[in-house]
Amino acid sequence: MWTYDRHLQYPVNIKTPNPTLAKVIISQYGGPDGELGASLRYLSQRFGMPDKKSKAILNDIGTEELAHLEMVGALVHQLTDGVSVQEMEKAGLGAYYTDHGFGVYPQAAAGVPWNAATIAVKGDPIADLTEDLAAEQKARATYEKLINLCKDDPDVVNVLRYLREREIVHFQRFGEALNGVQDKLAQKRFHMGKNK
Amino acid sequence: MNTEITNDQKMLMDQIRSLAFTVNDLALYLDTHPCDSNALRYQYEYSEQLRNLRQRYQREYGPLSIYYPQKAWEWIESPWPWEKGGV
Repeated sequence: MWTYDRHLQYPVNIKTPNPTLAKVIISQYGGPDGELGASLRYLSQRFGMPDKKSKAILNDIGTEELAHLEMVGALVHQLTDGVSVQEMEKAGLGAYYTDHGFGVYPQAAAGVPWNAATIAVKGDPIADLTEDLAAEQKARATYEKLINLCKDDPDVVNVLRYLREREIVHFQRFGEALNGVQDKLAQKRFHMGKNK
Repeated sequence: MNTEITNDQKMLMDQIRSLAFTVNDLALYLDTHPCDSNALRYQYEYSEQLRNLRQRYQREYGPLSIYYPQKAWEWIESPWPWEKGGV
C-alpha cells in the first residue's frame, strides 16, 4: 500500500500566477511523457519483472513519480490560483475552463486527455526496461522544452530543473536494472516464469 | 493549533525534505547496488536523522502522516503541500 507524507518532495512556491505557463506545464501532469504515465507504467510493469533489482527499482521509481505528479499538479494549481476567468481565456485556457474550471485535469499541452496508449506493459523485462530508458529521456527532453518556455519565472524553472535532474538519475538506475536482467537471462537454465 | 508557518517550522521542514530526498535517492541506488557498504552506512545514518526530525516536527507542528497519534484531528488544519503557504 501507499501512505501519504504531508510534504512535497521539492517545494513549490509560485509568487506570480501565470496561466500561460500552466497551459504548457500540464503536459507533464497528463501528457504523453508526463508523470501520471510514468508512475502507472513502472508500477504496472513491476509485476512482470524477473529479479530483485528490477522489481525494486520499478516499485521505488514508480512511487517517486507519484510525488512528481503531485509537484506538477501543485505548479499548475498555483499558476492558476486566484486568476480571473478572463485571464484564463486570454491565456488560451477558455476551453479548458469550460470543462475543468480551476481543477487540474490530466491532459497534454494541446488538450488531449491522458491515454493509456502512451505507456506500454509488454510483460517482457528487456522490452519494458528499454521502454523505460526512452521514457526517462523523453521526459527529460520535455522538461528542457518547458524550461525554455518558462525562463522568465525562476520559481517555476527551479522546480522544472529539479524534475529534469530526477529523470537523469532514473535513466541511470533503469540502465543498471536492465544490465542485471540481461545477465540473469544469459545464465544457463533460467526460465522466465519459474523464477521465485 | 496555529496554522501560520513559523521560520523554525520552515527550517525544520527544509531539513526533513532534504533528508527524505537523500534517503529516497539512496534507496534507488541501493536497489541496484545492494552490497555497497558505504551507501548502506549513509542510509542508516540519514534515515535515523530523518526519523528523529520527523518525530520532533510532528510533536511541534502536527502530523506528517495519518499514522501519527493525534488527540485532536490536526491532519486537516494546516494548508496542504500543494497549496500556497503549505509545506
